[in-house]
Amino acid sequence: MLELDRISLSYAADGGRRTVLRELDLHLERGQIACLLGASGCGKTSVLRAIAGFEPLDSGTIRLDGRLLSGTGFRVEPEQRRVGMMFQDYALFPHLDVAANVGFGLRRLDASERRRRVRDLLDLVGLTGQETRRPHELSGGQQQRVALARALAPEPDLLLLDEPFSNLDVDARERLAFELRDLLKAADRTALLVTHNQAEAFAVADRIGILKAGRLAQWDTPYGMHHHPATPEIAAFIHREALMSRRAQACLRGAPSVAA
Amino acid sequence: MPTRTPALPFIRRLSLLAAALPLMAGAAVAAEVNLYTTREPKLVEPLIAAFTQDTGVKVNTVFVKDGLLERVRAEGAQSPADVLMTVDIGNLLDLVDGDITQPIDSAVLQAAIPANLRAADGQWFALSLRDRVAYVAKDLDIQSFHYEDLADPRWKGKVCIRSGQHPYNTALIAALIAHDGAEATEQWLRGVKANLARPATGGDRDVARDILGGICDIGIANAYYAGHMKNAAEGSDARRWGDAIRVIRPTFKNAPGTHVNVSGAAVARHAPHRAEAIQLLEYLVSDKAQGLYAQANYEYPVKAGVTLDPTVASFGPLTIDALPLTEIARYRKQASELVDRAGLNQ
Amino acid sequence: MTSSRLQSWPWHAGTALAALGVLAPILALVGQAGQGSGAHWGHLLQFVLPDVLAQTLGLLAGVGLLAAALGVGAAWLVTAYDFPGRKALSWALLLPLAVPTYIVAYAYLDILHPIGPLQEAIRALLGYSSPREFRLPDPRSLPGAIVLLAFVLYPYVYLTTRSLFASQAAHLMEAARLLGYGPWGAFRRVALPLARPAIAVGLCLVLLETLNDIGASEFLGVQTLTVAIYTTWITRSDLAGAAQIALVALALVTALITIERYSRRRLRYTGNRRAAPIRPQRLSGLAGWLATLLGLTPIVIGFVAPATYLLALTLERLGAGQGPSSALLRAAGQTLGVSALATVIALGLGLAIAWSRRILPRARAWQLALSRLTTLGYAVPGTVLAIGLLFPLMAIEHGLAALRAATGLDPAGLVLLGTPAALALAYVIRFLTIPVGTLEAGLDRIPPSMDQAARLLGENVHGMLRRVHLPLLRPALAASALLVFVDAMKELPATLLLRPLNFDTLATWLYAEAARGTYEEGAIAALGIVAAGLLPVILLARLMDRPAS
Repeated sequence: MLELDRISLSYAADGGRRTVLRELDLHLERGQIACLLGASGCGKTSVLRAIAGFEPLDSGTIRLDGRLLSGTGFRVEPEQRRVGMMFQDYALFPHLDVAANVGFGLRRLDASERRRRVRDLLDLVGLTGQETRRPHELSGGQQQRVALARALAPEPDLLLLDEPFSNLDVDARERLAFELRDLLKAADRTALLVTHNQAEAFAVADRIGILKAGRLAQWDTPYGMHHHPATPEIAAFIHREALMSRRAQACLRGAPSVAA
Repeated sequence: MPTRTPALPFIRRLSLLAAALPLMAGAAVAAEVNLYTTREPKLVEPLIAAFTQDTGVKVNTVFVKDGLLERVRAEGAQSPADVLMTVDIGNLLDLVDGDITQPIDSAVLQAAIPANLRAADGQWFALSLRDRVAYVAKDLDIQSFHYEDLADPRWKGKVCIRSGQHPYNTALIAALIAHDGAEATEQWLRGVKANLARPATGGDRDVARDILGGICDIGIANAYYAGHMKNAAEGSDARRWGDAIRVIRPTFKNAPGTHVNVSGAAVARHAPHRAEAIQLLEYLVSDKAQGLYAQANYEYPVKAGVTLDPTVASFGPLTIDALPLTEIARYRKQASELVDRAGLNQ
Repeated sequence: MTSSRLQSWPWHAGTALAALGVLAPILALVGQAGQGSGAHWGHLLQFVLPDVLAQTLGLLAGVGLLAAALGVGAAWLVTAYDFPGRKALSWALLLPLAVPTYIVAYAYLDILHPIGPLQEAIRALLGYSSPREFRLPDPRSLPGAIVLLAFVLYPYVYLTTRSLFASQAAHLMEAARLLGYGPWGAFRRVALPLARPAIAVGLCLVLLETLNDIGASEFLGVQTLTVAIYTTWITRSDLAGAAQIALVALALVTALITIERYSRRRLRYTGNRRAAPIRPQRLSGLAGWLATLLGLTPIVIGFVAPATYLLALTLERLGAGQGPSSALLRAAGQTLGVSALATVIALGLGLAIAWSRRILPRARAWQLALSRLTTLGYAVPGTVLAIGLLFPLMAIEHGLAALRAATGLDPAGLVLLGTPAALALAYVIRFLTIPVGTLEAGLDRIPPSMDQAARLLGENVHGMLRRVHLPLLRPALAASALLVFVDAMKELPATLLLRPLNFDTLATWLYAEAARGTYEEGAIAALGIVAAGLLPVILLARLMDRPAS
């Protein structure tokens, strides 16, 4: 469904150019939820922005459902890509109420259909009856759901989510991560998340990618990544917060592969 | 006579109180006199300079564009104003009505100024005459003109004039009311408005400038501006404007004279330098000063027998409209209202 | 946070004085209006006010629309797009602020006159020899006034809107794009509505300046309320009638101020300051140069053309061997002196008002009313304020004279009206809102936790002011000082009425020359005013690019 074929991306910084993505490959099937993991500043947001059409590629191609979206010297405008995005700060329009926010991308529908769809989406995210409230009147979690509903409303081919949990308090995060997964599956959406928190990644994703030095160090299921990390660094990263048996620790220190 | 709003009783009481306090009796050591004037500084300066040179009395001038009356009245008994100089008979009479002038008995002034151009009790004196004339495009073939002709449809889109509410114009309109009646004058104003080439704004000199610019062919302005312009430095803008026009002295349909207004002066009521004030006024009607009015300012002297500037003389003989000046002042308020009714400025 | 009564009295006194300064002239005006006759109102209502109001409202609407379009367009151009010269353009677009309205009218009446440089050049190009063969429309009309005023007043809208656009979350625009809107659609449905409060604030300033103007309206033949006030007062010598019309103008002005205050409050709701700002989209090639051209146009019309013209006239005069006369130089010196005096007083009072609002929370409502009052002082047209001031000033003069007499001193002479003091006072009343507003905004940026920290570290209220607030307020103090100073330099109508003997400012000099139709030294004076006016523009430009704290 989503194919990133050897994409490279750089931007101007400090008088020169800084390469963020180096010939990165990524493949996502329809209906799958994938997550890009990595430290801050490693370029994961750049992947999202390139897919959304806000950053030009230096080389490589991006295809969605067979359509060419970005290539060398070629870029489809963001509004024509049928890609939805949930921003880290939610980017809810402060001058519009919840209903207008969620219905923002539905201008092709007539008024009654739009109202119905907004209602359905709000039901889906658990915000029934909040149509007339303003973004600043909502809690962080509620804002997140509105942002999600808004991005889902035009039924995009792909949904991008930028650090969806970073603005929420710690207790809520893992619970909401599972909720998000259920929601996305219920809506049968293909989604790509980025986050730096691996617990959330593991809770939500069907596939996880570790981004390092501009390329994917590993792309695997959560189980696979947990049990078969490709490099010692990845292993350390994955298992950082986990309690490990002394035997596992010994294996980490010396062995080329780790058995659970 | 326009109705005056009574002075604030509070201020009046205070100024009476203040008048009872010792004044600046001996403080004026160096001879000087304070002149408050609404006239443009460059017109007044030659006269002032001559006065100081001939008498040694220093003149402190303040130019008050608007609100001379209000300012001096508010200053009350502490006001340093000695001589109040202004233009337009209406303004002069306002000063008297505003209780800020004092009567002067001067034989010199009485001899030099005709009786109808000064107050009987010496509260105001005319110092020069300013005829309001027609500026006409140089190549236009026209020899004589009535003020009333300005509303004639033949001048449609060809007339330039400054704001109808400007004192120079309201005085002229008041004279028209006196000669032709209010009804006819209002019709005249509507006719002039229909003939305007551009909004009634700007100054008298802009009439000449606009005639040169081809915006209009005829306008109403004061004659002395034409004198200034025609004698400006060779190649200067003012000279070009002056050379583009011809001056015609219009008359009234019902009266064989050209409308004149006056510039004049009065001695301020609480003048700290009364003697010097009278001295200044008497100087201003001397042959020398009247000659200066004529030569340096291109105005018409109020004193008989003074030589005219050649340019002014070239405009032809001036027959002054015989209407008493006080009549003009009487109709001035109505003139202003007629301007509003006819919408001349709008 | 409470302060002892002893510590707070200077602030109470200062604010009371300021309130009196603003109220006294207005009350005097109301008193004068009350003395007027009803008959006069009849004539006004039937023959004068309808057309005057129509022209005033027409002017306000026209200038408002055009200035808003120019300001918003310019702000969006330099925020959302990158093109050659963008950085320079972003501050250069403020330059027309240096040109007061009466100067732009004065300059363009010359430039656009049929025998002026522009039309002569066009005629030469087209082969005509006389203006009677070919002429462009006269700027002396309502449309002409609208265009000229809009091109020097748009920077107010540009300034407020640009700072809002610059801090607006890029994500909002990107979200709109992903939801199906192209660049223009996203601008119209997201950026523009969010900027509405900022636009409203800028627009109110534009409209207040338009209402206050007398020079441009008079030169261009537009009958506004201010012109009607002058006329009623001068020609009919009817101060009461003039005061009555002045009250109508005040009503209009109050409405505008209310809208501005409301919009300013709404501004606080927009935006998340931590979000990333919009990244400009690069325009290359022809599109880029077209953008540069578009951005240059308002600057050329609003600043470069009039300034160059004045410069040319000045050089012509200097080239003819005549430097500025000593009288003109003295006028310049006097201008600087009285403006400096006014600035110092206004800054002191403004600080008192703004700061007392912070440390005396119990008096909050009263202080709020006071800062609203200062805005009214700014909104009142200059002549009206000056007339209103005469009466209280004279009362003070008489009082002082009585005092001097009672203590054996020489009671003669005018202490206030005989010196630049009255003029400085008028300037203070008119421009007090600038330091009050700027310092209030500056203080708002200092979190209350800082006050609390200082108090806990042993500073009393005045120590806190000295060691914490004043240093942090330095940019706000400098900015308001500069703005008051230059505004005082440019002021015209009140100066004409309240100046003492032998006292001229550059503005009155210019006006006198324009009235006489001699355009020689007037250009030098005008150039001086414009040059001085550049200083606040430079300051604003530097403040503009500083990131919001």
